[in-house]
Amino acid sequence: MKFYAFIGILLLISCKGGNPEIVSFEDLKEDMSFVTIDYEGLEDYLEASEAAVHVVNFWATWCQPCVKELPHFEELRATYGTKDVKVILVSLDFPDQIERLTHFIEKRNIQSEVVFLDDGDGNSWIPKVDATWSGAIPATIMYNDEKRSFHERSFTYEMLEKELKLFL
Amino acid sequence: MKTLKILTAIAVVVILSAFVVRSINPNKVGGNGYGIGDIAKDISLKNIDGKMVSYSDYADAKGFIVIFTCNTCPFSVANEDRIIALDMKYKNVGYPVIAINPNNPEMKPGDSFNAMQQRAKEKGFTFPYLFDEGQKVFPVYGATKTPHVYLLQKTEKGNEVKYIGAIDDNSRNANAVKVKYLENAVDALLSGKTIEITETKAIGCSIKA
Repeated sequence: MKFYAFIGILLLISCKGGNPEIVSFEDLKEDMSFVTIDYEGLEDYLEASEAAVHVVNFWATWCQPCVKELPHFEELRATYGTKDVKVILVSLDFPDQIERLTHFIEKRNIQSEVVFLDDGDGNSWIPKVDATWSGAIPATIMYNDEKRSFHERSFTYEMLEKELKLFL
Repeated sequence: MKTLKILTAIAVVVILSAFVVRSINPNKVGGNGYGIGDIAKDISLKNIDGKMVSYSDYADAKGFIVIFTCNTCPFSVANEDRIIALDMKYKNVGYPVIAINPNNPEMKPGDSFNAMQQRAKEKGFTFPYLFDEGQKVFPVYGATKTPHVYLLQKTEKGNEVKYIGAIDDNSRNANAVKVKYLENAVDALLSGKTIEITETKAIGCSIKA
């Protein structure tokens, strides 16, 4: 009996002290600042069934006009996030330079949901996003369960807000 | 009577000004640019060696692989080696590469004429690398991004647009390419066959005009 108590105490100590380097998978997932998806995964973001307005922006850390307009999307999220508006930033960064994306999200403290679209065969999915999209970025889709609009252009905050208000 | 004269004068001015406005704004090429089967107008653009280049300079060519590209777009850079390989493969059989930088250096200093010369030297470009001065040519084509390909075939009517779009199905990674859209199109033209896929899309950098 004494022996078991001793083992119990040992276990307790080891649990409390813990092995800090061992982290559960769930913790790891929470630590990552974005999820990686292919086009099939993206479809979930383009046809969400909730009533919310979705603002989906295609960008990349190396795309100057994209980076320039990104704060406007962040501001939109901050202003309208509580009003059932979801902002999703779809990164088209290069798969072998993914640390650039991680670094960018941390440094800029990006609050909107970021997904990394790792699907190089653009011809197979660009027309599905929108038939009129040439593939140039930045590009943005807004939609709710009633309507949808697509924009192959850069936005100022005022323009973005104006466009969003058509959905509210 | 005086009133009538004044009214007539005003009417004349209005009608004339309508004509003037029309002649100032001639019907431009539609905002969408060239489609498959359209005849591309000849160009006259400055090459990195300082000489002007036109399609008509190439008497022996069967057509042209026109690629809007630039120094600064990562997708363009990722395709540089592929563009050189295309030129090496098809120049001698009648389809030389003509690269055009559509970006305005005031918006994108890395795409200045000097920077173009430097990049071409570093990479050993085997093809003309032309500067779209005033950014006038790319809108006529309807190019929206770099890289953006237009394959032209010389016909009796002129240089006919036969293929528009991407070089292949993986602009980010040359090793992952499965379908070479542009090569398939040129090969079809060379063997007198119909091009199966005439338009494709790829992610690219918006043109900075």
